[in-house]
Amino acid sequence: MSDPEVRAEAAPAVARAKDKSPWNWLLFLPIVVPLLTPLFNHDSPRVGGFPMFYWLQLLFIVLGVTTTTVVYQMTKKRR
Amino acid sequence: MGDHVTEIVVFTVLFLLVSGIGFFAARWRAPNDMGHLDEWGLGGRSFGGWITWFLVGGDLYTAYTFVAVPALLFGAGAAGFFAVPYTIIIYPLVFLVLVRLWSVSHRHGFVTPADFVRSRFQSPTLALLIAITGIVATMPYIALQLVGIEAVLKTMGVTGDSAIARHLPIIIAFAILAAYTYQSGLRAPALIAFVKDTLIYIVILVAIIYLPYKLGGWGSIFDAAQKKFDGTPNPNDGIVLTAANQWQYITLALGSALALFLYPHSITGVLASKNRDVIKRNMSALPAYSLLLGLIALLGFMAIAAGVKPLPGAKAGSTDSNTVVPLLFDLHFPSWFAGVAFAAIGIGALVPAAIMSIAAANLFTRNIYKEYLKRDATPAQEASVSKITSLVVKVGAVACIVFLDPQFSIDLQLIGGVIILQTLPAVALGIYTRWFHRGGLIAGWFAGMALGFWMLYQIPNAATGRAHFGGSAFPLEKFAFIDSKTTVYVGLVAVAVNLAVAALVTLALRAGKVPDGGDDTNPDDYFADEGDPRVSVPAQATSTDPDLDPAPSPKV
Repeated sequence: MSDPEVRAEAAPAVARAKDKSPWNWLLFLPIVVPLLTPLFNHDSPRVGGFPMFYWLQLLFIVLGVTTTTVVYQMTKKRR
Repeated sequence: MGDHVTEIVVFTVLFLLVSGIGFFAARWRAPNDMGHLDEWGLGGRSFGGWITWFLVGGDLYTAYTFVAVPALLFGAGAAGFFAVPYTIIIYPLVFLVLVRLWSVSHRHGFVTPADFVRSRFQSPTLALLIAITGIVATMPYIALQLVGIEAVLKTMGVTGDSAIARHLPIIIAFAILAAYTYQSGLRAPALIAFVKDTLIYIVILVAIIYLPYKLGGWGSIFDAAQKKFDGTPNPNDGIVLTAANQWQYITLALGSALALFLYPHSITGVLASKNRDVIKRNMSALPAYSLLLGLIALLGFMAIAAGVKPLPGAKAGSTDSNTVVPLLFDLHFPSWFAGVAFAAIGIGALVPAAIMSIAAANLFTRNIYKEYLKRDATPAQEASVSKITSLVVKVGAVACIVFLDPQFSIDLQLIGGVIILQTLPAVALGIYTRWFHRGGLIAGWFAGMALGFWMLYQIPNAATGRAHFGGSAFPLEKFAFIDSKTTVYVGLVAVAVNLAVAALVTLALRAGKVPDGGDDTNPDDYFADEGDPRVSVPAQATSTDPDLDPAPSPKV
C-alpha cells in the first residue's frame, strides 16, 4: 500500500484544498452511538454468556471500523 | 521469590532482548542525520502504515491500561468498561481533527501542538501555557507506566524492604530505557512496539480462550461478578450501570477520548506519519486494539470468578487492586507463560514511556528553550537539548514513584487528564477556526484549570479514606443549584466552562478593540500532503523536488 513514487505530482495548491466531503458526517455515527447508554445498559439478552452491555459495546467497535473505512475509501486522494 | 524463578528468568530474557532492539533502532531505516530534532523526535516524519499502527497503538494502550482497566472492573463493575466506548469514539475524532493538524504541521515544520498554537494565534504566551500543560500532564502519565511494571514485579515477589531496594528493578529498567531512547529517539519505541504488541496479542488470545474454559464459561464469569457486587454495600457497582452513574460513563468516555489525543505523545505518534493516507487508513485499522482492550478489561471479572485476592498496598490495611491481573496469570498460567505475560506488560510500559518522554522533551525544546532561552538554536542544538530533557523527564518520573506514594501518581494522572483537556479550545478547535481571540483562549484556560482543580478537590475517595482528589466523578449536588444524585466527569464540565469563558472574553475583547494576533497559517495548509511543493524544509528554506524527496528531511 505504501508507494512513495505514485504521490500526486505537485498538483496546484488549489486542487489540494478539496478535502471537504459530505462523507465525513458519517463519522459522527461512531462518536454518538457508543455514548447512548440506554441503548445497551441491559443484562439480557445474553450472547455466548455475555450480557448485552458487553457484547453490544464490543459490536460498536465493528461499527467504528466500518464507518471509518467507508469514509477513508470515499475521501481518499484519487490517483 | 523461590517459586517465581521461571517467571523472573523469562521476564528478564525478553526484557533484555527488547533493550537490544532499542539500541539497534538508531540504525533502522537509515536516518540521514540523527542530530536533528525531526529525526530524533519524529523519526524523520517518514513512518508508513504498519509502523504508525504499532506506534500509535503502543502509545494509547499502555501498561497502565492493561493493569488498571481490569482492576477497575474488578472493583466497580460495569463503570470500568467506559474504556471501550472511549477507544471507539477517539478514532473518528482523530480522523476529523488530527489529519488537519498533520497537514499544517508538515507544511510549517511544527513538532509540537504548542508550535501550532504559536503560529495560528501568533501568541508565544498561549503557546507557553499549552507547552507547560502538556509537560505537567505527561509526567505523571509516565510515572503510571512504572506503577504497571511494579504490579508485575510485586506479583513475582521481587520486592525489598527499604524504598531503594524495592524500586531497584524499576530504576534499572528505566536507566536502560533512558539510554536507548537517548540514542535512538522515536525509532526505539516504534521498533519495540512490534515486539510488545505481538506478545500482548498472544497472551490475550490465550487468556480469553483458556481462562473461561477453566472458569466454567463466560456466563458463569459474569454471574460470579454480579454475585460479588450484590454483596457489597456500594450501590453503584454491578455488571450494568445504575441510574446515578450513566452520565459519569458517558462524560468520562467522551472526555477521556478528547483528552487522549490532546496529549503531546499521541500527537507525536501522528506527526511521525509520512502522509495523510497513512493516518486515515490507521484510524480504521487501530480499533483492533479496542477489541483487545475490551477483552483485557474482562480479565477483571475473570479475576473475581477465580477468587483472586489483591496483594496488600503501600499502607497497612489497604489493597493494591492493580495486582489482580498479574495474580490471575500467576495463578492459572504455567509459570513460563506467566513470565511471557509479565514481560508483555513490562515492555508495554516502556513503549509509551519512551514516546511520552520524547514528546515532553520536544515541548520543552521548541516552546521554552528555543522560544525564551536561545532564539537562534540550530536544529542540532535542538536535538541535543531534547535528548537531555528526555533523560531529566524520566528521572523525574522515577522519583515520583520512589519518593511518593504510587497512589499519589494515580491522583496526579487524574488531574493530568483534566488539565490536558483545557488545551482543547486552542489546539483542537484552533485547527478548525481562528474565531477565538488569543486573550479569550488564555482566559478560558485559566477558568477551566481553576474550576477543574476546585471540583477534583471536592471529591473524596471512600476506598482509600482520602478527603480530596479521590476520583473524577463529580456529584452534581455539590453545585448548590442542582439537586441530583448524578455524577459527571470533571474534565468535561471544566472544558465546557473554559469554552464559554473563551467565547465571552473574545466578544468582549473584540468590542473593546483589543488587538488580536494574526495567523501565520493559510486555509489550504490544512490539506497539504506529502510532496507538497510549499512544504518548508527545516534546515534551510529551499524548495525540494517532491518526486525526488517525498519526506523533506535535511541533508546537512
